[in-house]
Amino acid sequence: MKAGRFWAWVVFALGAAYFFIPLIATVEFSMRMRRGVYSFDAYKVVLGDERFQATFGYSVLAAVFTIILGVLIVVPAAYWIRLRLPQLRPIVEFITLLPLVIPAIVIVFGYIRMYGSNSPLPFLASDTGTNALLVIGYATLALPYMYRAVDTGLRTIDVRTLTEAAQILGAGWGTIITRVILPNVLIAVLSGAFLTFAIVIGEFTMASLLNRPAFGPYLQNIGANRAYEPAALAIIAFAITWGCMSLIQILSRFAPRSANRPN
Amino acid sequence: MADPFLSIQHVRKSFGATTVVEDFNLDVERGEFVSFLGPSGCGKTTVLRMVAGFEEPSAGKIVVGGKDITRLKPNQRNVGMVFQAYALFPNLTVAQNIGFGLKVAGMPRADIDARVAEMLGIIKLPQMADRYPYQLSGGQQQRIALARAIAPKPKLLLLDEPLSALDAKVRVSLREEIRSIQKKLGITTIFVTHDQEEALSISDRIAVMYGGKAEQVGTPFEIYNRPATKFVANFVGTLNVLEGTVTDAAAGTVRVNSEQVSLKGKLNGSKSGDTLSLALRPEAISLGRQPGRDSSLSGEISEVHFLGSVIRVRVGIGGNTVSLDTFNSPATPPPAVGEKAEISFSSDDMLVLH
Ligand SMILES: Nc1ncnc2c1ncn2[C@@H]1O[C@H](COP(=O)(O)OP(=O)(O)OP(=O)(O)O)[C@@H](O)[C@H]1O
Ligand SMILES: [Mg+2]
Repeated sequence: MKAGRFWAWVVFALGAAYFFIPLIATVEFSMRMRRGVYSFDAYKVVLGDERFQATFGYSVLAAVFTIILGVLIVVPAAYWIRLRLPQLRPIVEFITLLPLVIPAIVIVFGYIRMYGSNSPLPFLASDTGTNALLVIGYATLALPYMYRAVDTGLRTIDVRTLTEAAQILGAGWGTIITRVILPNVLIAVLSGAFLTFAIVIGEFTMASLLNRPAFGPYLQNIGANRAYEPAALAIIAFAITWGCMSLIQILSRFAPRSANRPN
Repeated sequence: MADPFLSIQHVRKSFGATTVVEDFNLDVERGEFVSFLGPSGCGKTTVLRMVAGFEEPSAGKIVVGGKDITRLKPNQRNVGMVFQAYALFPNLTVAQNIGFGLKVAGMPRADIDARVAEMLGIIKLPQMADRYPYQLSGGQQQRIALARAIAPKPKLLLLDEPLSALDAKVRVSLREEIRSIQKKLGITTIFVTHDQEEALSISDRIAVMYGGKAEQVGTPFEIYNRPATKFVANFVGTLNVLEGTVTDAAAGTVRVNSEQVSLKGKLNGSKSGDTLSLALRPEAISLGRQPGRDSSLSGEISEVHFLGSVIRVRVGIGGNTVSLDTFNSPATPPPAVGEKAEISFSSDDMLVLH
């Protein structure tokens, strides 16, 4: 018993070291911009950089649109599959996993071929079109996470009975989705949203190949040309991701509790 | 019944190749409380869901208040429903749950509040308005579900085994409460159950279902005492079945285990030599010869269960066993297993099962 405990702690310490040592080293390095003393100069430079603000703003906006698009597609789809087409669930689950298997670069080349300026759907002919295509691409990348989050949320409620209870009380589909289904899976949707946010903020391949002024390409560019700033940026990006994750944790405490769990 | 309020006419439902409900017919009067009683899988829920609009009949029609509603969507029917699994909206408070249907219908806020308060009074939970469903017991949740269903003043109230998830005590008190609220509001109600005691105790009429058909529709008294088919007789109440052979069809005599029983006028259609199933309710049988009982059979006591005020005795008669209840009397000891015994009954109470 005692020995088991001991080895458990050793394994834990090794894991923690593997995780934290590079992080601490990066923090330490990012603060050494001024010779001889620790300072936040690198952070000041990064945060004060116009291109940082512009690209970060662009990516945040892209993330927001991606989340809206993802929610609009995934919530009704996952709901309908649970309600009416449960036999399709394995197939849909497989499809939503494809973006994890197919590299983003393949998707992006597909887009460029399909939607080039002389194709029937010339998304790439204009800036707005390209931005829209980027958001659509991001929604695809985020699909595995969004779908799983929402589907897990739907599992905690009795979708069919709640739908029927609302229907018999006179509600139409719009009311059912906005007043019954969405509020009960809101926390799940939000955790999907934060995962999407974390993915979009750091995404490089799509943004770069579609030549968008996003945060990912900026990170790469800085990383290739400066010494201290990339470390500071890495820490900032890490803090954003972690912030998202902790928000998911906090929000999950406010989930409406279901009184009757199916099965 | 001149003008039934709800009329289910020749309704059939098939899922793919399997027919689940066959030629189901039922007329329900305004304000009547009708139970669907039957074993699991006999199609009770399916019929109820067709009345609610969740399933579309494969054939036949459903008429409410003179209007054919067979093809209407559930949200156009103005029907209230209580589900077995409570089905309260977890994200809404009790008051918001009860007011849901009213809000959907576009009722002004103040009217909703007044109606919700009235409903909370009717179900005797006035202090629960701001609670969430997870803060309520099963019985309370089911009462809220009832209030939610009747708040929009539906034309029909449908209940699908609303009590089966509750424990026995709550079940009894809530079924009486449902019945009294139903009577007070005069709302036409269909109540699905597979619990015969529940159906017998609160219904105006019962439709006993088997294999997707209504085997018999009648008052609890009729269903219990005059079952129309063998299935109804067996399913409702405890029944002792004896095998008999018709000895003289004209005189109405039947031989049961080498003794003769006279069943004049009950053998309609049987010929001499036919084998019959004869049934007796336990309460129609007494131990020993009793005045006023015209028939008797002799046997041997095979089991005695002392249940307090009642003693349940099982008596072997030839190859059959009948069970009967006698009241405990402190002065006389209960019968002993292995004793010879005679049972007596009135031949009027004997059911001939065809
Ligand atoms: N959607 C469906 N698809 C296929 N078969 C179904 C469907 N719904 C019900 N059935 C079948 O119809 C039959 C009757 O079901 P129903 O739910 O009406 O029974 P029930 O009398 O309510 O039983 P219980 O007391 O168990 O609730 C069952 O054999 C069931 O398997
Ligand atoms: Mg059922």
